[in-house]
Amino acid sequence: MTTATGASTSWPLEVFDRLRQADVRHVSYVPDAGHSRLIELSIGDPGVVTTMLTTEEEGIAVATGAWLGGMRSVVLMQSSGVGNCINMLSLPVQTRSPLLMIVTMRGEWGEFNPWQVPMGQATEAVLTAIGVQVIRADTGDDVIAAVTQATAMAYDADQQVAVLISQKLLGKKTW
Amino acid sequence: MVTGGSGRSRLDRREAVARLVATRGDALIVTGLGSPSYDVHAAGDHDGNYYLWGAMGGAALVGLGIALAQPERRVIVITGDGEQLMAFGALATIAVAAPSNLDIVVLDNEHYGETGMQASPTGHGVDLAAAAAATGFADTTTVRSLDEVEALINRRAGETRTGPRFSVLKIEVDAPPRSLPPRDAVFIKNRFRAHLGHPPN
Repeated sequence: MTTATGASTSWPLEVFDRLRQADVRHVSYVPDAGHSRLIELSIGDPGVVTTMLTTEEEGIAVATGAWLGGMRSVVLMQSSGVGNCINMLSLPVQTRSPLLMIVTMRGEWGEFNPWQVPMGQATEAVLTAIGVQVIRADTGDDVIAAVTQATAMAYDADQQVAVLISQKLLGKKTW
Repeated sequence: MVTGGSGRSRLDRREAVARLVATRGDALIVTGLGSPSYDVHAAGDHDGNYYLWGAMGGAALVGLGIALAQPERRVIVITGDGEQLMAFGALATIAVAAPSNLDIVVLDNEHYGETGMQASPTGHGVDLAAAAAATGFADTTTVRSLDEVEALINRRAGETRTGPRFSVLKIEVDAPPRSLPPRDAVFIKNRFRAHLGHPPN
């Protein structure tokens, strides 16, 4: 994975700080290279409960349950996992429960694997179709601002929000 | 206790659920869509109930989220075999998360009752309790009679920090009169959160 600037390598730490400042205490994830720092930071914080998922839609249901119980959650996934979530998203949409998703994009910039392209190209459209607000972030600074705004929209305004982190920022996957 | 299609004894679903609900104490209850929601509602509506009307495959995981947020409260998920089968991977997720306060109860009639009683995989040999045990649930069981349900309730009554627990209740293949909980998900959400002392936004 290549990163071009200092901002693009430090954003996970800043994002994690913003999430913690907003009292997000639960993080669920399907392992992903683009989220690896954020996942490590979450696991390393004794004030954060982490849940490893077998498939992304589980995180949508867990986040809604956590909110029912009074705890703020964030769901981390790759764009390929967004398609798995569609029907489960009816749960936070219909219950009007806060939902914060942070999605690392594939299939949109320098992608070498054609199998990532269909879902990468469909990610924003399907999220919008089911009623999730989409905020795109192309730079490290964008990600920090987008997550801060998305957290407020989710937890202050009862919205379901996804931040899509551009593959431009994450860099081409190297083998 | 009634003999069902397999020739072995089976529970009356309403009797079994009524016993679970009557002994809930301060437990929170999440129900899977369809008949489990009707069964729990028939046993008496409660502010600490969260009824799902959709999001199939989500019941046990909503229960996990509540259990993580409310570690001092027992959380009971009551759902059907079809709903739990749609979330087969969730057994692994819950076992690894290992919430000691979560009970999953599957009302297993080996059929999809809401859609015309088509056979489900549990009627073809899939053993959900064995699957839960394989993933690492602390306590798994399958029961077929009201006496076994009572024994299970009594055995677990003193356990405050044991879980996650997984129970399959083999029930009759029937469809009791529907007892419909409110379908307004926001109302139920706010009522449930208020029960826990959380204000609506």
